[in-house]
Amino acid sequence: MKIAIPVENKTLDSSVNPSFGRAPYFLIYDVNTKESTFIENTAATSTGGAGIKAAQIIVDNKVNAVLSLQLGENAAAVLKDANIKIYKTTDVSIKGNIEAFINERLSFLDEIHAGFHGRRR
Amino acid sequence: MKIAILSGKGGTGKTLVSVNLAAVSEKATYIDCDVEEANGHLFFKPQWVQEESIAVKIPEVDEGLCDGCRKCVDFCKFNALAYILNKLKIFEEICHSCGGCLLVCPQKALTEKDKVIGIIKKGISNNVTIYSGLLNTGEPSGVPIINRLLSKNHLLENKLTIIDCPPGSACVVMESIKDADYCILVAEPTLFGVHNLNMVYQLVKLFEKPFGVVLNKCTEDDNPAEKFCYENNIKILGKIPFDSKLGTLNSNGEIIVNIDEKYKEIFSSLLDTVIKEVRYETVANP
Repeated sequence: MKIAIPVENKTLDSSVNPSFGRAPYFLIYDVNTKESTFIENTAATSTGGAGIKAAQIIVDNKVNAVLSLQLGENAAAVLKDANIKIYKTTDVSIKGNIEAFINERLSFLDEIHAGFHGRRR
Repeated sequence: MKIAILSGKGGTGKTLVSVNLAAVSEKATYIDCDVEEANGHLFFKPQWVQEESIAVKIPEVDEGLCDGCRKCVDFCKFNALAYILNKLKIFEEICHSCGGCLLVCPQKALTEKDKVIGIIKKGISNNVTIYSGLLNTGEPSGVPIINRLLSKNHLLENKLTIIDCPPGSACVVMESIKDADYCILVAEPTLFGVHNLNMVYQLVKLFEKPFGVVLNKCTEDDNPAEKFCYENNIKILGKIPFDSKLGTLNSNGEIIVNIDEKYKEIFSSLLDTVIKEVRYETVANP
């Protein structure tokens, strides 16, 4: 079981990044082996469609669940097509959220925002 | 003669100037390039005579041919493509219709299909032929509609063409002024107005277009936009007063030159000034 979290820096003591597509790094954490890997989010500097590309990176890393504060509709569409579950982070602590996830205290992220493409909805 | 009217922000009076210049002329074509919020037709109340759908090309995948090499996914700078569980996913609203994904696909698995993004309408109102572009909500760019609005045939219909631009200085404005012979920059008498005037001033300089400024909403007080013009040696073509009568008539969708003699004078003289400027330019910089 692998989970991904958008993070500020490449350490478990860093914090959860409030953005998904524009987060500088992703933590890929294996719940079974407790192994953590930090990968660079190469989508962060995209001029557009960062959420789609970031979600593609997550899909390619064969992750089972994403823990994020928020998510845009395009990123959500990619993750859903890949059957990746999306949970909502509760605070900025990476370790705290991992623990909450393991103890099944995180709820599904059900508010998907319309993206920040200058569109009014 | 193609005259574009632009400004760095909305609400400065582009449509006021455009509509009244067209109305005061003998005969003109008025083209509303503000395709996200076209409103010139509210003044002309034209009889619509023609309508045309505008489509762009977006990719479509033949899943039987796609072998998942992802060259298209990697190529797309807008990230409009994703490859998930052995299936290519295309985000139509993100696609900018560049056609690059088709070129890089080694399997020839991608083809193009039409996607309608809006319409253009043609209407007639007395001496003015009106073309209005309307972009569908949610579409990323109005450029293809503007491009069609400004097709040669429309520009050549009458001697005088007035191009009412979108606000700002982005791609849609560049597309709108591309073929213009002259640009009129409309400015408000505030510091914010100066900032926005400077944006379009930089743009018309970059495009090497002859231009002048119309100062709108002028009061007795100091006008920072006027000061900006003096400091930068910019030609002031005319001034429109801050006038509640004008504001009221305009808000009610009236064309003021058809109602008020004073404004008929102001806009007639503005049109004469602009025409002289364009003639001078064609002699000085042919």
